[in-house]
Amino acid sequence: MNESWHTAGPAVAARAVTKTYGNGVRAVRGVDLEVPPGEIRAVVGENGAGKSTLMKLFYGLEQPSSGEILIGGRPRVLRGPSSAIALGVGMVHQNLMLVPSFTVAQNVVLGVEPGRRGLVDPRAAVETTARLAEESGLAVDPRARVDEVSVGMRQRTEILKALHRQAKVLILDEPTAVLTPQETEDLFAAVRRLRDGGMTVLFISHKLREVREISDTVSVMRAGALVGTVATADATEHSLAAMMVGRDLILDVDRTPAQTSEVTLSVRDLAYTAPVGQSLHGLDFDVAAGEIVGVAGIEGNGQSELAEILAGLRRPTAGTIRVGGTDTAGLDVAGHRRAGIGYVPEDRLHNGAALDESIADNLVVDRHDRPPLARRGILHPKAVRAHAERLISDYAIRTPDPSVPVRALSGGNLQKVVVARELSAGPRLLIASQITRGVDIGAMRFMYERLVAARDAGAAVLLISADLTELLALSDRLLVLRDGRLVARFDDTTGLTEKRVGLYMLGVEQHDREHLTTGLGEIS
Amino acid sequence: MSSVLDVVLSSAFLAAVLRVATPYLLAALGGLVAERAGISNIALEGQMLAAACTGALVAGYSHSVALGALSGITVAMLLGLLLAALRLELGADAIIAGIGLNLLASGATAYAVYTLLDDKGGTTGLRSGTLPTVTLPGIESIPVLGDVLSGQNMITWLAFLAAPFVAWLFFRTRFGFHLRAVGEMPDAAASVGIAARRVQYAGLALSGALAGLAGVFLSMGYVSFFVRDMTAGRGFIALAAVFLGGLRPWGVFLAALGFGAAEALAVQLGTLDVPPQLVSTIPYAMTLVALALYAWRRKRRGAGEVAAVSL
Repeated sequence: MNESWHTAGPAVAARAVTKTYGNGVRAVRGVDLEVPPGEIRAVVGENGAGKSTLMKLFYGLEQPSSGEILIGGRPRVLRGPSSAIALGVGMVHQNLMLVPSFTVAQNVVLGVEPGRRGLVDPRAAVETTARLAEESGLAVDPRARVDEVSVGMRQRTEILKALHRQAKVLILDEPTAVLTPQETEDLFAAVRRLRDGGMTVLFISHKLREVREISDTVSVMRAGALVGTVATADATEHSLAAMMVGRDLILDVDRTPAQTSEVTLSVRDLAYTAPVGQSLHGLDFDVAAGEIVGVAGIEGNGQSELAEILAGLRRPTAGTIRVGGTDTAGLDVAGHRRAGIGYVPEDRLHNGAALDESIADNLVVDRHDRPPLARRGILHPKAVRAHAERLISDYAIRTPDPSVPVRALSGGNLQKVVVARELSAGPRLLIASQITRGVDIGAMRFMYERLVAARDAGAAVLLISADLTELLALSDRLLVLRDGRLVARFDDTTGLTEKRVGLYMLGVEQHDREHLTTGLGEIS
Repeated sequence: MSSVLDVVLSSAFLAAVLRVATPYLLAALGGLVAERAGISNIALEGQMLAAACTGALVAGYSHSVALGALSGITVAMLLGLLLAALRLELGADAIIAGIGLNLLASGATAYAVYTLLDDKGGTTGLRSGTLPTVTLPGIESIPVLGDVLSGQNMITWLAFLAAPFVAWLFFRTRFGFHLRAVGEMPDAAASVGIAARRVQYAGLALSGALAGLAGVFLSMGYVSFFVRDMTAGRGFIALAAVFLGGLRPWGVFLAALGFGAAEALAVQLGTLDVPPQLVSTIPYAMTLVALALYAWRRKRRGAGEVAAVSL
């Protein structure tokens, strides 16, 4: 299959590659990059730095506007993924490219199915998958349906797909974003094993700690250009972050100990029977004014359901929810807003903003019906615009004008619009769900500062996140959800490690009920 | 009431069910193929109509039943390809494009018949003949089954073979594998180098061909002439069967058979002392009830699950 490879020289390389999109955006500018065979190369950069575009060029999903792509030591013209696959390049996309109703084995062989004369041999597919899994140490159940297996197994399926196509180069695009710490370690072990077997790995990430752990060398991109390549052993997280953003950026969050006052949110015996998804079973917890309480857990263990219940989007089946003395369990969404609840939803594209509407309109949707924006039911466009301009400058939203539809904004800027709306309402309780998902380091840091500022101004903050580093950096207290139950409560997060929290997330350890409920007052 | 039971249990009624279910079976399986390829073929009705008209006209003028049937199927197939092109090349909404094709088929067939035969009603003035019936040797001597099966049109036999064919195509062949992958996760299919468009064009051509076979049956199996708008909503009922059958070949088969039985019942009850207006609503009422049932079941099971079934 790959007989046209030169054994010497780089496995993949770019020579003076530039990619300009139809709308004039230059995503990649004059990049020269060489990756020798058998190396794990991390490519890091902020969102929009061009790393994903560069990978698409290697995988044939995009064609360079100028310059050359070299695979196996020779310049290649890749007309599509199939030519890249034929040359031995495999890619595991950030949004996994699997067919949900197909089995693991069917997904592994899709496109190059075993069998004769147009038929598919299902037994051979299962055997092939089992053999590849055995050889590579990537454990999967070949007969399980993909929509019924864990995210980690789905990702292993993606890698097996590439192996089945005899990939010599494996591109992993943000592979750890959806994994637990344990799954991440397993993935890294498998990637190292593949490397030792001669595989060249391109590892895209903006989690610098992981990059330091897994890669041999690191290439840093900024604004479409390659800033530099360094041996991982010589790099620190700080030096890499500085290269990425072009300034020294401190990732640690400045956070004084929480000054809590009265309890703002009280949840007792909260139960929810989900028609689809995870049900909740008897949750008890408090969040006080002036503290950030983190909620950790593997995704899909009830975090989304909890957030949507607290925001009023779902009705609990049983239990009490009090926000500053108001019983919110029976209220509609508007009632929740009136009770002083702000909500940053995890899926900002679907639930956080109206994508085709302007920034200005998105910033007023929760207050367009009252002064100063409206009087007697009539909206004042000037007031709306002034309001938008103020928030755009306060929250450093990068846009030429408030009338721009939010769809045109980058992930980080769109999230800033949502956060600006929710925080400028001065919430008593803020529910922030996956607040930094898919945003770059600059915007991430900005969100962290704003959350801490809201806390210091007396808001109770419930922070739900899949990113343990983020939870540990921001939370004054931490809860762990598993299978719709609270299984751990840490009242002091100092010295708490990701590994330790991971044990509770995975069900290895569990706090007893007494520990979970101590100090929770009776509510009337 | 006993007379109704007598009718329903007679072998003549069962034979009628097979005959009446034929166009539903073929069109519904055609709709299934398109749906699984990711493009809703709401133009089944128009494809059937165009095929019925073309078949009768070509057979009438060429005096070749086979040529007529092939022409009808070809026209329906081309309409399937046209729908795919409107969707894939021009980005049109498949539902709107499908409605357009249905209106086009209704108008164009009436126009063609009027232009050629100076008749606004149909092709009754043209001697176009019917497709042959099939009788397996010895089958007539089997009680009940012999009466039910003997003398059925060859397209009825094809309709009943179409369900296993589609199931085999979906789950055993590379093409079916790719078709389902493209329909469910186009990006996933494209990322492994499957030519998604080519698969979708092929799927829609097959979908049109099956609808065409259903249409040809109406004008060259059921009767031997084309009548304006003779499909009478069967394409839409077939579409209901696609979803009622849970997007699975055998499920669709059963749903289409059910609709066929309902229509056959309506026809048979017409001979009894039941108001014909009421009787003729049976297939449509059953469609509504069935779709409501389907929606209810789907809601209980959770969204998406039914749509993502496989063997």
